Formats: sequence, structure tokens, C-alpha cells
Amino acid sequence: MYRYVIKRVLFIIPTILGVVFIILLTMSFTPGDPARALLGVAAPQADVDALNHQLGYDLPFTRKYVNYVENMIVHQDFGTSYFTKQPVFDEIWPRYQITIKLAFLGVFLAAVLGIPLGIYAAVRQYTLWDTIPSILAFMIAAIPAFVLGMVFLFYFSLKLNWLPSYGIDTLKHYIMPALAISIPPAAMNMRFMKSSMLESIRQDYVRTARAKGASERKVIWKHALMNALLPVITQIGLSLGTLIAGAVVAEKLFSIPGIGSLIVDRISYKDEPVIIAGTILIAICFTVVMLIVDLIYAWIDPRIRAKYARTKG
Amino acid sequence: MDQATASEPGILAFRKQSQAKEVWRRFRKSKGALVGLIMFSLIAILLLGADFITPYQQATHQDLINKLHGPSWSHLLGTDAFGRDLFARIIHGGRTSLMVALLATISSCVLGSALGAVAGYFGGRTDSLIMRSLDIFMSIPDILFTMAVVFALGAGFVNLLFALTLAYFTNYVRLVRSQVLNLAELEYVEAARAGGAGSTRIILSHILPNAMGVIIINTTLNVAKIILYESTLSFLGLGMPPPAPEWGLLLSDAREYMREAPYLMFFPALAIVLCACSVNLIGDGLRDALDPHLKS
Repeated sequence: MYRYVIKRVLFIIPTILGVVFIILLTMSFTPGDPARALLGVAAPQADVDALNHQLGYDLPFTRKYVNYVENMIVHQDFGTSYFTKQPVFDEIWPRYQITIKLAFLGVFLAAVLGIPLGIYAAVRQYTLWDTIPSILAFMIAAIPAFVLGMVFLFYFSLKLNWLPSYGIDTLKHYIMPALAISIPPAAMNMRFMKSSMLESIRQDYVRTARAKGASERKVIWKHALMNALLPVITQIGLSLGTLIAGAVVAEKLFSIPGIGSLIVDRISYKDEPVIIAGTILIAICFTVVMLIVDLIYAWIDPRIRAKYARTKG
Repeated sequence: MDQATASEPGILAFRKQSQAKEVWRRFRKSKGALVGLIMFSLIAILLLGADFITPYQQATHQDLINKLHGPSWSHLLGTDAFGRDLFARIIHGGRTSLMVALLATISSCVLGSALGAVAGYFGGRTDSLIMRSLDIFMSIPDILFTMAVVFALGAGFVNLLFALTLAYFTNYVRLVRSQVLNLAELEYVEAARAGGAGSTRIILSHILPNAMGVIIINTTLNVAKIILYESTLSFLGLGMPPPAPEWGLLLSDAREYMREAPYLMFFPALAIVLCACSVNLIGDGLRDALDPHLKS
């Protein structure tokens, strides 16, 4: 078990290095240079060249990569924004927290909405408890989060005037964006939970439990559900990716000052450092969540525990 | 040897036809799948025949006197803030969206399947190199990577296609790899190897055709996902450059006029949902028809 945990935790280092590499490599195709972007069109070429040299723009890619990683890890320095001329990290950090809060709230809601419905639909297969949520989930699978958000905005803000249409100051502000982004992954969770549960109900160990006279409640909640939940845990972790995409959209739609709306806005200003840093920070958060999911999985699943216990002796 | 290769295409063609017939027979039985097929065909006819139904000028022609008019006989779905005909904008804009989605599905399928087949078939170091790189690649949420690609390369048809391919090839790698891992163990693959077939031939003509069912199911369901994803990108302003009236862009423009002209939001949204829903119906029908034990 320890070996698995250590191996899995250590894998996060090459992952983060790889993520930074991929992002920097992609960004290196951007036309233009940083000094020109910082100094403006009117600055003399000599100044531009000098600043480019100072910033290390004329170095080869591998050298630039090492410098970036070093600045990032040692100094938490992600460069200077071309647009506001402020340190990128200071600009991003407060917005990062908002995005993460929104995305995690979404993961939570998607799990709370989707999983019980999925379990119930599987246990009551072919009744209305199954067909109605299943048809709904099928339809939601064809609706993108931003359309849901617009519909909410139309009814709850414009027509009924119940909820504020922009900003993120109070809890009330979170309701619409969080619901809009969590309903599509909730539908996904529901479908996933249902099929996992249906599979689990038909397994031999469930029949054994019934045969030895366990109550129906115990069969469902202990024997079937505990096994059916395993693959769903990974699914919930992966839904964070969907929710980050959702958060970007919701931030744009509801004018929330998060990292997604920041990146989208700065694309038109060619503000490369902000886009690189924002992407890296979110990817790091995603990596850590996937790590936690894997560890929980290993902790719960006796098969993985057994595999590593045996090799360790 | 010559004789064998000569008769092989004949046998394959014969078997393929009968299998297609069988799949079609099972597909027909599902009402949902048929509804999806009819809906999708109607949408495809509207989009592909857009030029015959109403000229492209209708979609871009500004008529400020008739701006923000609701649905009427002269403008079936009303006009937008510049007096442009919404119906024309939806069918002309949808063509780009659907084209990008279909092409991106194909290219991500080819790229992902190739990598997955190589990883699964060769195993060992090749496999772990491909899979570990994939793990790293997948740690970047799709939307952020797509934004980075569009930022670095600029918006445009080819770049959008490239970005969508990179966002969607990953699940094919895993899917095809696991299929190949299972199939490569089977006896007919061993027989082919004993008969002297090379790796490429075994993968292409013995393993992949047997994994085709799963790939097709996944591909159909992916079309819908890519349609939704592409509309999200164009909503964020990362799709095709502005004059192209893509569905996501129509919705993004409709936000400002939500109060006066909610139909500007309603119709493009309906177009996206119907399109994705019909593809999903087809996908579910195909899943039941191609692979009965996958039925959920």
C-alpha cells in the first residue's frame, strides 16, 4: 500500500513538469515577442531587443522552460502581465479561488443530484423512478451548460427577478451558475451510477447475500452499492474537468471575476503570461484532485490494496 | 497464396453486407433511433441545402429598419439586432458547426485509434511511454488546452479542427488500447501471425475490424459531445472568426437582447439541442444494434 501511495504521489512531479512543458510549447507558436508587447508599438527596436534579452526571450526553448519552472517553483513568479503590467500571480490568485470554489461546489452538487437518482433508478428499474430521470438525463446530455445558464438567467433573473444576474458577492449569486454547470455532469453521474449499480445487482455476491437471508435493504445498501460506488468515484473526479469548462462558461455568462473569464478576456489582448499561468494553475489543481481520487480508490478497493500488500510481503 | 488474396475481398464484402443488414434490422426496431435518424437527416438536409433554401446574403444582409422583428412569414424565425434573418443565420451557421464537428470526430478517431492500437499491440515500453504521456496530457482540462491552442495559432477552421482533435483523441486511445489488449490474445490473431502476417497487417485487417463496433458507438456519441463543445467555444468567442454565424456565437449575441427578443436565444439553443439529441439517439440505437450485451 505504501509503495502504491508513494509511487502515485511522486508521479505528480513529472505530471506537473509535463503540463508546463506542453503549455509552453503550445504557446511558443504565438507570433510576436514579449518586449514589444510590454513596451508598445512605438518603442525603439534597441530597447525592445534589450528587454527581450533581459527576459530571456532569445534563449533556446529548453532553457526558457527550465527558467520558467525555476521561477514558478522557487519564487512563485509567473511573469508580468502584458496588459496590466502587474505580476501575474497577484492578479490571478484571488480569481483562482473563486473559480476553484465554483468548480468544487459544482462537483459536490453534481454528485449529490446525480448519484441518489442513479441508485434509485437502478433499484426501481422500469418504474417511473427509472424512466423519468433516465429520459431527463438523456435530454440534458444534449444541452450545453451555457444554454442552461442562459435559460436560468432568462427565467430567474429577468422574468421572476429572484436571483442576481451577475457578480459573485453573496451565496445567492452562486445558485444559478453552480446549478447551470452542475446539471450536465449530474446527468452523467446519474447514468453512470445507474449502469454501475445495475451491473452490481446482477453479480454473484449479491445473489449470495440474498441467499443467506440478508434483508433487501442490507443487500442493496451494503453489498451492491459499496461495489457499485467504486467506478463512480473516478467518474466524480473526472467530472471536475467538465466543471472547470463549465466554470469558464459560467464566469463569462454571469460576469464572475474568475480565472476562466480572465483568460477569455485576455486572449484578445494577447496577454500570454496570464493565459499560461492560469492554465498551469488550474491543471495543477486538477492533477492534485486526480491524485486524491486515485488514493481514495486504492484505500477503498481491497483488490488494489491486496495487490500491493502482496508485492511488499 | 494468390488464390487466397484474390478470394478474400469477395468474402469480406459478402460478410460485411450481411452484417450491415443485421445491424440495420436491429437498429430499425428501436423507435428512438429511427426518430433520431429522421431528425438528423432533416437537420442535415436543411444545413447542406442552406444555399438553395435561402442565399448566404440573407444571413449577413443588414436591414436596420426591420431589426428585432419577431417570427413572421417574411422572416420565419425573426430578425436580429441588425435586421439579419435568424433562420438563414441558423442554417448557414450550423453548416460550419456541423462540418467542424464531423471532421474533428473523424480526425480524433483516426489519431486516437492509431495510438491506442500501437500502445495495446506492442505493449511494454511503447505502451507505457504512450500511456504516461497521455496521463500528463489529460491533466490539462480540455477547455484550457483548447483556449491555449486557439490563442497561439489564431481562430480559423483548420486551427479549430486541430484544437478539437487534440481535445477528443484521448478517449479513443484508451478505448482502442483496451480492445486491442483483449483481441490480441485471441486465436485468430495468433493464426495470422503464424501465417506470416506483419504487425501492421494484423492490426489493420485482423484486430481493428473486430474492435470496429465499439469504435463506431463511441464515435457517434462523440459527435454530439463535439457539437456541444464547439458551440461552447464559439459562445466564448473562440470559434470561427465573427462574420460566420455559428450557433454558439448567435447565442452569445442574443444575450444583450434577452429582454426584447428572447426568440434570438430560443431558436439557436433549440437547434443545438435538437442536433445533439438526434445524434445521441442514433448513437444509443447503434449501441444496442452493434453490441447487444452493452445494452444498459
